[in-house]
Amino acid sequence: MRRSLGLVWRDRRARVGLALVALFAILAALASVLASHDPTTQLDLVSKQFQPPSLAHPFGTDFYSRDLLSRVLHGARISLGIAVLSVTVSIVLGTAVGLAAGLAGGLADQVLMRGVDSALALPRLFLVLVVVALWEDVGVVGLVLILGLTSWFDTSRIVRAEVLSIKHRQFVAAARAVGIGLRGIVVRHLLPNIAGPIIVMATLGIGQMILLEAGLSYLGVGVRPPTPSWGQIIADGQQVLRTAPWVAVFPGLAIVVTVLAFSLLGDGLRRALDPRAR
Amino acid sequence: MHRFVAARLLQAVAIVFLVGTLTFLLLRLAPGDPLTGTSSSILVPRSVVEQQRRAFGLDRPILEQYGRYLANLARGDFGYSYREHRPAWQAIRDRIPNTLLLAAAALVVTFGLGIAIGVIQSLRAGSRVDDLLSLASLTVYSTPVFWLGIVLLLVFGETLRWLPVAGATDPVVYDQLPLLGRAWDRLRHLVLPALTLGAIGAAATARFQRAAMLDVIRQDFIRTARAKGLAQRAVVMRHALRNALLPVITLFGLAFPLLLGGTVLVETVFAWPGMGKLTIDAIHGRDYFVVTGAAVLAAVMVVIGNLLADILYRVLDPRTREAA
Repeated sequence: MRRSLGLVWRDRRARVGLALVALFAILAALASVLASHDPTTQLDLVSKQFQPPSLAHPFGTDFYSRDLLSRVLHGARISLGIAVLSVTVSIVLGTAVGLAAGLAGGLADQVLMRGVDSALALPRLFLVLVVVALWEDVGVVGLVLILGLTSWFDTSRIVRAEVLSIKHRQFVAAARAVGIGLRGIVVRHLLPNIAGPIIVMATLGIGQMILLEAGLSYLGVGVRPPTPSWGQIIADGQQVLRTAPWVAVFPGLAIVVTVLAFSLLGDGLRRALDPRAR
Repeated sequence: MHRFVAARLLQAVAIVFLVGTLTFLLLRLAPGDPLTGTSSSILVPRSVVEQQRRAFGLDRPILEQYGRYLANLARGDFGYSYREHRPAWQAIRDRIPNTLLLAAAALVVTFGLGIAIGVIQSLRAGSRVDDLLSLASLTVYSTPVFWLGIVLLLVFGETLRWLPVAGATDPVVYDQLPLLGRAWDRLRHLVLPALTLGAIGAAATARFQRAAMLDVIRQDFIRTARAKGLAQRAVVMRHALRNALLPVITLFGLAFPLLLGGTVLVETVFAWPGMGKLTIDAIHGRDYFVVTGAAVLAAVMVVIGNLLADILYRVLDPRTREAA
């Protein structure tokens, strides 16, 4: 494990990714300290509407005269927070189902994997849209659950495949022979051996989740105003694209850099943790 | 081959059946029912709501409702669109051609651009050009598709004014245009949405194509081709590319769900009158059956896309035919 982390560090792209991820994590965590203004306060509707970027407002202001930099910083907290939490849900669930299917085999495995197949056949955005449409305003916690519960399918497939490839290996048989129970085998032998792909999936998954959440919020079915999320600020910005293009541009750039950071880190981790990819 | 296609068709039907079941479960698990919007209005008398509920069979036992729902789906009856006052299927059907046009154009961008970039990269693997293109495609892959659309719209629509900013046709003059003029008008409206929707896929395809090419180039038959004195161009086009295209075809199947999800966002950005825009409008208008109908139809399209990719793959690669 330590050797793998060393490999990640020696990989220049992964290093850039890691640094950017750390930076955005800090920015998101300290958003309320760093932001010069409250993200929802309307500063002065008459004289401060649609201010272009300046020293006082580095990202400019929007229709409601709100400071855009403060909104993007707070948006980082919301967007990253939702992505990290929902990926946690999806990874835990996907790993559990993948382990169950891989270990049980037989009919249970067949049923689970057919279910996963049909869920994968439904375009993810449509699936989430149906759920969100039926439940109306779900709130941030609801959104995390919906995103997490609709995105574990890939994970379960990959975990199952990994489990199948190692469950008949000798060290597992040996562990079984000396009387280690199912739980001990899963916790001490299976999980450590499939941790690599799971970490890679989680890292890349956070980036994809940020995109998905941004898309939903852009469509007006994700995070509701006035809570700022990147996708929703962009939606606001499209309304005023001609007068104030900065409103849509800055949050978009924030998304691109963040997702790129997770992609770079994820790819680096894959190269380090997966011997086949080297 | 026939047995393979039959088996795959059966599997496809099973998947659509499961998707139908899933949407039914979601409909039932959701708070309220499709008439909640009507029944919570004080303008509608309770007796009318009850009557409608009976008319739509919402008072029947759940198993009977489920059976009826599936039977209706099988007949293409997706329910009723309360917003458009006609069957949901008709509302969706009218939008299908626009979405298919957009998706087809995006597919051309995805594979045309993606394969070309991937081949260029593989020929100069490890060079600066390769590095830059890799970073570029990773960046595009990290870009939210709707934001890419907005930026293109800002640059080519609002600022340069080269291309129209919304819709599939010009709302004023389209009907008066001659046939060729109409085609030109449609094409001009199609460029930005198709480019937006295709770009993300092109980035993914380029990464995949590059890897596939590098895999093939290392193999013996390429060395043989080189050894017998074939020009680089012939080696690449006739030997390497043909074999490296195979893994990319599986991407075709994978690209479909992404593409359909993308249409929802891109159609919203460009006010493109397709299935995706319809779905979003239906969500905001609480028009349930249009949403679920569109989801089921999207699943059917994905399944068909996968089926086509599978069959194409077997037609093109004789090795996979034996292993059935």
